[in-house]
Amino acid sequence: MATLKELAKVEERFVGGHRLCAGCGHGISVRMVLNAAEDANVVVGCATGCLEVASTIYPYTAWNCSFIHSAFENAGATIGGVEAAYKSLKKQGKLDKDFKFVAFGGDGGTYDIGFQSLSGAMERGHNIVYVCLDNEAYMNTGIQRSSATPMGADTTTSPAGKVVPGKQQPRKDLTAIMAAHNIPYAAQTAISNWQDVHRKAKKAFDVEGPAFINILSPCPRGWRYNTPDIVELVKAAVETRFWPMYEVENGKWKLNYKPKKYVPIEEFLKPQGRFRHLFAPGNEHMIKAIQEEIDNRWLALLERCGETPELPPK
Amino acid sequence: MTPFNRNFGQGRNTKAVRLDMNWKELTKAGNIYEPGNAATYETGDWRTIRPVWNKDRCIHCLICWRYCPDASIISTDGKFDSFDYKHCKGCGICASVCPVHAIDMFSEDEIDRREEARKNEE
Repeated sequence: MATLKELAKVEERFVGGHRLCAGCGHGISVRMVLNAAEDANVVVGCATGCLEVASTIYPYTAWNCSFIHSAFENAGATIGGVEAAYKSLKKQGKLDKDFKFVAFGGDGGTYDIGFQSLSGAMERGHNIVYVCLDNEAYMNTGIQRSSATPMGADTTTSPAGKVVPGKQQPRKDLTAIMAAHNIPYAAQTAISNWQDVHRKAKKAFDVEGPAFINILSPCPRGWRYNTPDIVELVKAAVETRFWPMYEVENGKWKLNYKPKKYVPIEEFLKPQGRFRHLFAPGNEHMIKAIQEEIDNRWLALLERCGETPELPPK
Repeated sequence: MTPFNRNFGQGRNTKAVRLDMNWKELTKAGNIYEPGNAATYETGDWRTIRPVWNKDRCIHCLICWRYCPDASIISTDGKFDSFDYKHCKGCGICASVCPVHAIDMFSEDEIDRREEARKNEE
């Protein structure tokens, strides 16, 4: 494993001067992932979303590598097409450099709108990496709910009011869906453990065939937490088992981190303004339902990973 | 501090766009031929709090470099070198992740006031 001192010498592929909000999780995640490509040539594709609109405002681009813009729904198809063209050019002897292909999409462009395109690209087996930067709502258009939004969250299209306390449905488990495509590598990671992100990104770049990484990427505006506390918040998401870190390599599930003790979900919900209403009297049932949902998913995940399905000791 | 180059969307720093140009001269399909030219767009004036490095406490672990969303921590030879105040947006993540509290956040107004006071004394 490379040390930070070595990694800091790798050329910066996502430079400052982009217009993401101060403290945006996307900037951190993108820098970590692209840093793991080290000295390879990288081609980046981006689904429309915060990252795309903030990093490529004409005539500026924050990408210090090849970049291709695509629409909201077709980042998977676009980067797959680029990869296919590259393969053809290489076969014809018109290109001699090696390239790696990576697409970034937010949760809207991955879980919902770009889902069929991504699924197709994964099924066709392009040699690409798809990174989902999951900030759990459509932040770019003003915080509307997506299928990645967790239960109980207050967004503009699932507003918390007197009758309905935020979003009613639990979130979609996209990493498991991607693993069900039988791709060589699918993983879920979080920036609180940069070694884990680096290792997984490196593995995804190295693997032959499609790879998928899902990264939890907090949004200070949408989640309404204290901006500097981003790493602590992500850590809480991992410790409360809200965001388990695992990887699926050639159909084999592996859990990367197991919390030592039972941390209630309140630890993750409390610092965020989007869950504030859940702590008002009368909404206790919502927190209970969220906790139950998380415990059940955790047990199912443990079973898949071949571990004893039991909750951490309280 | 030198004034920031604000650009106001006119792209004065890139070859792609000039103020006196005709729309027909714009690049085809809005392509951009200078990778990473956003570095010439300075976002430092977004900042309301400024990170200040404490040289004596720093252990050069570079965790701040890892967690900076704006690539605004400059490292040379695997060591902390300086902040890129032209791009730092003042989110405060570096100060929060620093294990030895070697980065302090100060309000920009406060720093300006102090600098002014020092100038007046001189």
